Amino acid sequence: MTTDVIAQDSHDEHHDDHKMTGLKRWLYTTNHKDIGTLYLWFAFIMLLTGGALAMVIRAELFQPGLQFVEPDFFNQLTTVHGLIMVFGAIMPAFTGFANWMIPMMIGAPDMAMPRMNNWSFWILPFAFAILLSSFFMESGAPNFGWTFYAPLSTTYSNGSTAFFVFAVHIMGISSIMGAINIVVTIMNLRAPGMTYMKMPLFVWTFFITAYLLIAVMPVLAGVVTMLLTDTYFGTSFFDAAGGGDPVMFQHIFWFFGHPEVYIMILPAFGIVSTTIPAFSRKRLFGYSSMVYATSSIALLSFIVWAHHMFTTGMPLFGELFFMYCTMLIAVPTGVKVFNWVATMWKGALTFETPMLFSIAFVILFTIGGFSGLMLAMTPVDFQYHDTYFVVAHFHYVLVTGSLFSLYAGAYYWLPKWTGHMYNDALSKWHFWCSLISVNLLFFPMHFLGLAGMPRRIPDYALQFADFNKWVSIGGFAFGLSQLIFLAAVIKCIRGGEKAPAKPWDGAIGLEWTVASPAPYHTFSTPPPQKDIDNANQHEH
Amino acid sequence: MPMSDDKQRQANSNNKTAKKLLVVVAAMFGFGFALVPLYDVFCDITGLNGKTNTAAVAYEASSVDESRTVKVQFITRNAKGVPWKFEPIINEVEVHPGEMKVVSFYAKNNAAHKIVGQAVPSVSPGLAAGYFHKMECFCFNEQPLMALEDVEMSLQFYVDLALPEDIKTLTLSYTLYDITEKSS
Ligand code: HEM
Ligand SMILES: [Cu+2]
Repeated sequence: MTTDVIAQDSHDEHHDDHKMTGLKRWLYTTNHKDIGTLYLWFAFIMLLTGGALAMVIRAELFQPGLQFVEPDFFNQLTTVHGLIMVFGAIMPAFTGFANWMIPMMIGAPDMAMPRMNNWSFWILPFAFAILLSSFFMESGAPNFGWTFYAPLSTTYSNGSTAFFVFAVHIMGISSIMGAINIVVTIMNLRAPGMTYMKMPLFVWTFFITAYLLIAVMPVLAGVVTMLLTDTYFGTSFFDAAGGGDPVMFQHIFWFFGHPEVYIMILPAFGIVSTTIPAFSRKRLFGYSSMVYATSSIALLSFIVWAHHMFTTGMPLFGELFFMYCTMLIAVPTGVKVFNWVATMWKGALTFETPMLFSIAFVILFTIGGFSGLMLAMTPVDFQYHDTYFVVAHFHYVLVTGSLFSLYAGAYYWLPKWTGHMYNDALSKWHFWCSLISVNLLFFPMHFLGLAGMPRRIPDYALQFADFNKWVSIGGFAFGLSQLIFLAAVIKCIRGGEKAPAKPWDGAIGLEWTVASPAPYHTFSTPPPQKDIDNANQHEH
Repeated sequence: MPMSDDKQRQANSNNKTAKKLLVVVAAMFGFGFALVPLYDVFCDITGLNGKTNTAAVAYEASSVDESRTVKVQFITRNAKGVPWKFEPIINEVEVHPGEMKVVSFYAKNNAAHKIVGQAVPSVSPGLAAGYFHKMECFCFNEQPLMALEDVEMSLQFYVDLALPEDIKTLTLSYTLYDITEKSS
């Protein structure tokens, strides 16, 4: 199918200046800004959907004992919450940013394959409709965890495996098409004079992320296919009775899974590497080292997967190998954090909302990195594995990491997208409410985990009751706080102070050389060399 | 509306890049499946994973090392819902490396219908698996049992002379699966 779409693209003429109207405009659009907007709205709707599931989870865990839901339904909630947040919220949101910003940042008129772009977005809603509809079927939704370990998802499946596999295949195809489009755009459509090392770091991080996607999404497709045939067609990839091996499932899954977590954080690095210099009124410290650090993180991410499997009975050599490789990743990650701090050092800092989210990102992501390092130590992971400590870890890197960077980016570029400044008071409310509640939500989870509370359970021992109550209160507050963002965005689209072409005095980048809101078509002719030179992030 | 030459050239080069990337996608999809045999080969070579030989081997030890004694323990487990009684007749034996040993396991089908069972062995510590040789094992074959039928099944093995010094206890674990559907 993809080849067809590519072939069509070459016969396509995409400067239909007359915009179609209504639903048709959005259905048939091949414009990168429209598609970016679609991705962003879709991701936000998924964020609220996945968030709603989390609210039920936290309501159930507010007190020990079973209150609202059956244990099996609880498992469905955690599973679908994870799947939606990973594949429906974070990843599409970043693809939305890529679509909106990459062509403008490299001086290109659009994405390289606009029609494929339309496809890659429009198959996504179907994937999630399938996944969510399984809640209403006799089988129930997938209940085997977002990591769908065999034999939970094969032998002991509740019958939802087929829907799950089909949905994941569609998500995978969508991501792969999106990634191919990003790579081709960056390789072929850079404005003359925009060399690789002059590209904004934002573009670099998406470039590298797209390669990661191309490398590992097919492996995910492979592993879910094996799951499908094991469950329904009598193969024994993961079934010991037939000569297969359930531990092999984990190896193949995490070969995809670990690079996947970097797919969700590298673009975040790109966003804060844009915002922090802007509000520090300095160039990014160590641009080239950032490029190399990002690349080495991406490469190393392929040789650390078994840190998720320390307790499967690996031999000592394996444990040591994966432990040291994992710790090695902390080095380039540390380079990045150092560079952000150095960028702020002696800068003329101001604290507009994008900067607040960015600074919170640096601090809180680092906390998540530290808990990651603790988990990387094999002996202690035996204690922490499958406890709330792991839950705390990945929510710090994903919520206060990836999601906060998305908010930073959203506030930063909203004036460019809508032509209006966002309401400052609302945005500050959003930030401070989120900041306080998110820490109330996730920080005590560290203690719960250290004290031994297992993850993915609907009920728990009495001694965990107090912390869980606070965590749930934090959860409800964080959930509600995200509605403030919705209000801020709607208000910003509807009106507000008129935004100039460049609302942030310290911002650099080609996107600020076009009007706000960005015209439907930008850079139909490439930008002048002078603009490209001004936009580069190197220190002078 | 025909495309200008420039546009056409750009579109062609885009398609070329995209097709190259598609090849990578296809290759990685294949790689996912290639991981399956690679995994087995890797475990085979390194002796990881606790998998023992799946077909009978001949007795090949040149001598018996009476200076060493290794404890071999047997445990059994039924996969979820298999209505068999399945257990070792003795729970552990002491052997010298190179010494041949025969032990028995008892199985009884408590169901009211025929069930074909398959026992899958695994050795712990995993690194010892390569030094545990089975000359005869019920796990090499399917084991059909009629309703309420029982059977004593034998395992003949020896421990390799080259078993690393630091390994003093081996645990051989069998998991019993119901493969009636697959074997019919
Ligand atoms: C300094 C960098 C990091 C290190 C050393 C690290 C290490 C680890 C380790 C060892 C585990 C396994 C814990 C266990 O299950 O016992 C883990 C789990 C996890 N990490 Fe990280 N991590 C790092 C950064 C990240 C980032 C940036 C992300 C995503 C944005 C991330 C997402 C996750 C997720 C989602 C899990 C849990 C997967 C699951 O079992 O559901 N980590 N991490
Ligand atoms: Cu990992």
